[in-house]
Amino acid sequence: MNTTVNIAGVTFKNPVTTASGTFGSGMEYGEFVDLNRLGAVTTKGVALTPWTGNDTIRVTEVYGGMLNAIGLQNPGIEVFCERDIPFLKKYDTKIIVNVCGKTVEEYVGVVERLASEPVDMLEINVSCPNVKEGAIAFGQDAKALENITKEIKKVAKQPVIMKLSPNVTRIADMAKAAEAAGADAISLINTITGMKIDINRRKFVLANKTGGMSGPAIKPIAVRMVYECSKAVNIPIIGMGGIRNGEDAIEFLLAGASMVAVGAANFINPLATVEVIEGIEKYMKENGVQDVKELVGAVC
Amino acid sequence: MKIYEKGKVTGSRRLSEGIYELCIKTNIADKSKPGQFVMVYPKGKDTLLPRPISICEAGNGVLRLVYRVVGKGTHEFSTYEIGEEVMLLGPVGNGFPLEEAKGHAVLMGGGIGVPPILQLSKELRSESVTAVMGYRNSDMFLKEDFEKYVKTEIATEDGSFGVKGNVLDVLREKNLPCDVIFACGPMPMLRAIKKFAQEKGIKAYISLEERMACGVGACLGCVCRTTKKDAHSHVNNARVCTEGPVFEAGEVDI
Repeated sequence: MNTTVNIAGVTFKNPVTTASGTFGSGMEYGEFVDLNRLGAVTTKGVALTPWTGNDTIRVTEVYGGMLNAIGLQNPGIEVFCERDIPFLKKYDTKIIVNVCGKTVEEYVGVVERLASEPVDMLEINVSCPNVKEGAIAFGQDAKALENITKEIKKVAKQPVIMKLSPNVTRIADMAKAAEAAGADAISLINTITGMKIDINRRKFVLANKTGGMSGPAIKPIAVRMVYECSKAVNIPIIGMGGIRNGEDAIEFLLAGASMVAVGAANFINPLATVEVIEGIEKYMKENGVQDVKELVGAVC
Repeated sequence: MKIYEKGKVTGSRRLSEGIYELCIKTNIADKSKPGQFVMVYPKGKDTLLPRPISICEAGNGVLRLVYRVVGKGTHEFSTYEIGEEVMLLGPVGNGFPLEEAKGHAVLMGGGIGVPPILQLSKELRSESVTAVMGYRNSDMFLKEDFEKYVKTEIATEDGSFGVKGNVLDVLREKNLPCDVIFACGPMPMLRAIKKFAQEKGIKAYISLEERMACGVGACLGCVCRTTKKDAHSHVNNARVCTEGPVFEAGEVDI
């Protein structure tokens, strides 16, 4: 049974990574999860300088999921390179670094700084809905997305994944823009912008008013968007949104994703990543699937 | 090292209006210290995230959790019967610095901040330690437990028992000696304690509460403003679940 996948020349031992922002740089979950089991760890977004993030309340549960508005709190690229990359290098797993910025120049700065670092891929966050500048601003306009992708590709030494937002009219147009500008892969979906109001206090629950929704309830939307993008582009797709177990992951593969990411499920069950990998293997065994790549886009 | 495992309920009952107790047999019990908490994973279909619950008492392989029913998750916990199995993650957080309990230590708990002070009272048990508990009214909980270990004073908001007012009113009215404070309770109480400690030039170790998702320090949901650079992001936003929940009052901007 072969569970390896190849994306833009990088071979992963299995098609499961973590969704950015839900797993830190692996340190905290490393107490429970054998990081060597994972196809890759995708890190929390990192910027050129430390970012403070939003005020609290930053997270709240909603029916079928949760809203978050962390605001990309991060220590900046220097601390990240000194602390987080050496930590991850101790494990037999690939490293995908999620990159964020307020301006094109800031994204480019982080990508340049990472050029000499032993990381396997870059995931460009043009889809975080919780910051005032940057991020989603580049992901909701095809021209802006194309431009930032081009600028990043000029300096990137690792393959580039553009992480797309579902908060657009036609996500396939965004996928095409990324592909046209030279992206090596796309990942989707980031969270869906939502809101929760405390009816007793008549106030927004989140300090940021809006937050990104994740969790099981968004899965059908994510599967549909992965399918639409897979029909629109030829570059590989990393699918995510509400994946909790092997069956959920198989749906994304069938819809056209080459790899999947586990996000909010880590909060619901710290062992979710490994259980997803085991679930995929179980499905393959039970269905006589020799190679996980046979499943990619196999819905008919 | 945190443990993620299934525990078994050995006791479940109501203590007072809206306040419930769960006793759970788990390996986490003998690894925990006062002021730490556990993440308890509800099973209901309309809940997803684990609930952070402070440790009231721990020993002999059993955790005693005393909590207020505030929503679907805690309501579910209150329906558990003996033998129920429940997923737990813990111990979480830093806990109270017991070594700072020098001279006359005053341990303060307000409302649902009362429970974590019990294990602290047990471990700091001495003539020079006083527990001061604040309740809304005479429908109190855990009072007899505190009296087993330390001198205990009570404040009630409506004056129906003990001193009318809050925990600091007890301190002033009874003129209690106080060299260091350990406290858990609602934010207005903690703010008042911070101010009091600054005026007196003493240390106060306060346990904060914040909405959490992961409970392991990964999601950065539960931060609080700190006066110094935090260990994780270096941006004066420390994780309540990891660097906290207990902070020296002067280190946090509350």
